[in-house]
Amino acid sequence: MAAEANNVASRSSLLLALRAAARTALIAFGLLLPLIAFRAVHDIRNELVLETRWPLFAAFVAIAFAGRLLWELLPRESLKIRLAAFARAPGQLLSAAAACLVLANVLRLAAKSLADTDAAIALAFTYLFAFATFAFVIGAVGAWVIRRYPAGTETGRQRRHQIGVGLRTGALGFLLVYPLMLFWLAGSQGSIKWIDNFGIQILIYVMLGWGLNIVVGLAGLLDLGYVAFYAVGAYSYALLAKSFGLSFWILLPLAGILAAFWGVLLGFPVLRLRGDYLAIVTLAFGEIIRLVLINWVDLTNGYAGISGVPRPSFFGIPFTDGPDGFAARFGLEFNAIYRTMFLYYVILVLALITAYVTMRLRRLPIGRAWEALREDEIACRALGINTTTTKLSAFAIGAMFGGFAGSFFAARQGFVSPESFTFMESAVIVAIVVLGGMGSQIGVAAAAIVIIGGTELMRELDVLKAIFGRDFDPTQYRMLLFGLAMVVIMIWKPRGLISTRTPSVFLKERKAVSGAHVREGHG
Amino acid sequence: MEVFVQQLINGVTLGSIYGLIAIGYTMVFGILGMVNFAHGDVFMVSAFIALIAFLILTSWIGAGLIALALVVVLIVAMAMTALLNWAIERVAYRPLRGSFRLAPLISAIGMSIFLMNFVQVAQGPRNKSIPPLFSEVIVLFTVDGYDVTVSYKQIAIWLTTGVLLLAFWYLVSKTALGRAQRACEQDQKMAALVGINVDRTISITFVIAAALAAVAGTMYLVHYGVVSFADGFTPGVKAFTAAVLGGIGSLPGAVIGGLAIGLIETLWSAYFSSDYKDVAAFSILIVVMIFLPQGLLGRPEVEKV
Repeated sequence: MAAEANNVASRSSLLLALRAAARTALIAFGLLLPLIAFRAVHDIRNELVLETRWPLFAAFVAIAFAGRLLWELLPRESLKIRLAAFARAPGQLLSAAAACLVLANVLRLAAKSLADTDAAIALAFTYLFAFATFAFVIGAVGAWVIRRYPAGTETGRQRRHQIGVGLRTGALGFLLVYPLMLFWLAGSQGSIKWIDNFGIQILIYVMLGWGLNIVVGLAGLLDLGYVAFYAVGAYSYALLAKSFGLSFWILLPLAGILAAFWGVLLGFPVLRLRGDYLAIVTLAFGEIIRLVLINWVDLTNGYAGISGVPRPSFFGIPFTDGPDGFAARFGLEFNAIYRTMFLYYVILVLALITAYVTMRLRRLPIGRAWEALREDEIACRALGINTTTTKLSAFAIGAMFGGFAGSFFAARQGFVSPESFTFMESAVIVAIVVLGGMGSQIGVAAAAIVIIGGTELMRELDVLKAIFGRDFDPTQYRMLLFGLAMVVIMIWKPRGLISTRTPSVFLKERKAVSGAHVREGHG
Repeated sequence: MEVFVQQLINGVTLGSIYGLIAIGYTMVFGILGMVNFAHGDVFMVSAFIALIAFLILTSWIGAGLIALALVVVLIVAMAMTALLNWAIERVAYRPLRGSFRLAPLISAIGMSIFLMNFVQVAQGPRNKSIPPLFSEVIVLFTVDGYDVTVSYKQIAIWLTTGVLLLAFWYLVSKTALGRAQRACEQDQKMAALVGINVDRTISITFVIAAALAAVAGTMYLVHYGVVSFADGFTPGVKAFTAAVLGGIGSLPGAVIGGLAIGLIETLWSAYFSSDYKDVAAFSILIVVMIFLPQGLLGRPEVEKV
């Protein structure tokens, strides 16, 4: 009797799931029909003609159907519980890591005996499993630490704190030796790309993320035109260095001050606006700056940009191949990598200064006022906080760091053009802050590493080209994924990946507050 | 004088397109209190849908019966775009009701980026141009050899906008659906208590907004004859400016704002510099936000604790 009822229930649930999946497939059919099934292309006579892509379209609709069916049929609740238990068991995590390691090696060996395309795919999975091994090992260590030193006890807390400090010191040490290590491992030819694309590029975005984090994460003012300050910094350096021959070290603070000035200039008019209005006005401001850069050709050379921007020197000693150059002065053989390494350390120091200043500011009255402003503006005013100066200082300081990063960018590229300062660039920086967790320094840094490093890595991977065809350009999909990630993060974890809040001021002991308990912006 | 009249004609055409997009912003803002940042890109997608539908139809029925083909294109674009916006609301905005204030906006920004890049990947980054349609003109009058003209497509755009606005005005002010919408604008909880299906009303709002955006998208395609994946951003911001200028939440305000922005843009291009026409539009946005945040016809926003 019971079994029969069970059977009926499961059959009807299967039916319901099938119906839901069919509905999803139908919606996907309608949504994708115009833009996926057809493609408007210009033919040789430059007339628009239609291409059809029925197999691709069918595949997408099938994926929608299968995905919804799985979603409906999987026992999600029990899976969630099991996954949570799995993530807390160090032993199980370690065995998963071992399994992944074995799989990775099997695939690596198999790749050797396979044909070209298959080998590339096998190799891709090798990377994937190697990465999974790494992730599982870290997870296992984390789970072990959590189990060994429970947060409830005094020693546990102390140990956790020590481990945290140790990790931070370790990370800092790694960042310091990173270029030297690469140089030693890969030589000057092999390492320059890794220092430049992965080191400097990521650190610029970490710095921009931390700068914007002051405005968005701490003061709660969504700034969609942050790239304007980056542009102000870059053009200030480029123009002043070319016209007046001033050095990088004089112009760096000057660019920061100019950007901060523009930050105040933007801040003044938008003081009265809140939330979404403010976001749109900052966006308009960013666009105006970019349009002026494009159209004021006499000053900025328009679309063509400014080239031949002087490169930074080692405190007055240029990185050139000559008797006065850096290499000759220090008795080294000339090598282009010294400049790259120097730039790496400059941006590292700049980023660390940003982080340090932000951390200190949070403890000052102004920083606490920012955070209070983020939580409730009306309450702030009732308590006598001057919201004008609070907002303006957030804009100015955030913009200043953007200006620093901009002048560094100009010095590193030796070339600036309006194309580097589009709304999409602002969107990338906002995405970094939002995905990392608004207000969390570590989260923002991690998001920058994942997003920018991931983009660069996608460029490097030949595997994707082997799978999707020669002319496959993975960077095309970068912004597509960012957009999707922003939506998903807002729905799934609206506080970002690192969503706990550690209060800046506390009574007796510091307690991390889950982001879920903080309701902000309801003012 | 003749240049002025000509620019007036062009400006009203452009303004009609902005006005139709602006209604979408203003309706969604009215009912949800959020800036639907992706609306400009929904408009762009609708122009692409119209382009594809147009190409399919012309390859079937040939170059004759263009007018009939365009009517079909308009209806297809409206339906498909409505489905798209319905799905966007369902997936990206509905789960965020009751989340913190910036969450729906960030989600909308994500959606906007997604749509723009989806079209870029799916349809390629190049501008898509179609041969000019209805470019025959009527000469209104001639002064010193300068013809003041109005083209058939401009007349078609005005007529379509006018008819749609009337229909839309009837829908919002005279039908049960319109009453439900206005009730949800005032107080969603109370509306739910008196038996209004709030979720459905919001969905329908998004559907209507998308349908109007699709009309604008089709007209944009017919008028300019060219569309690219990046075409959602600037018209989107300008239409938002129009909505704010007219007073966000106010439907006649959106139309008036749209016409004003269209006129300002064309007159600015004609008399000052076309390079800075976008700067002019963006500056208006900033100036209006600062000095007239409630817009021409809007209600001032009251801060509540």
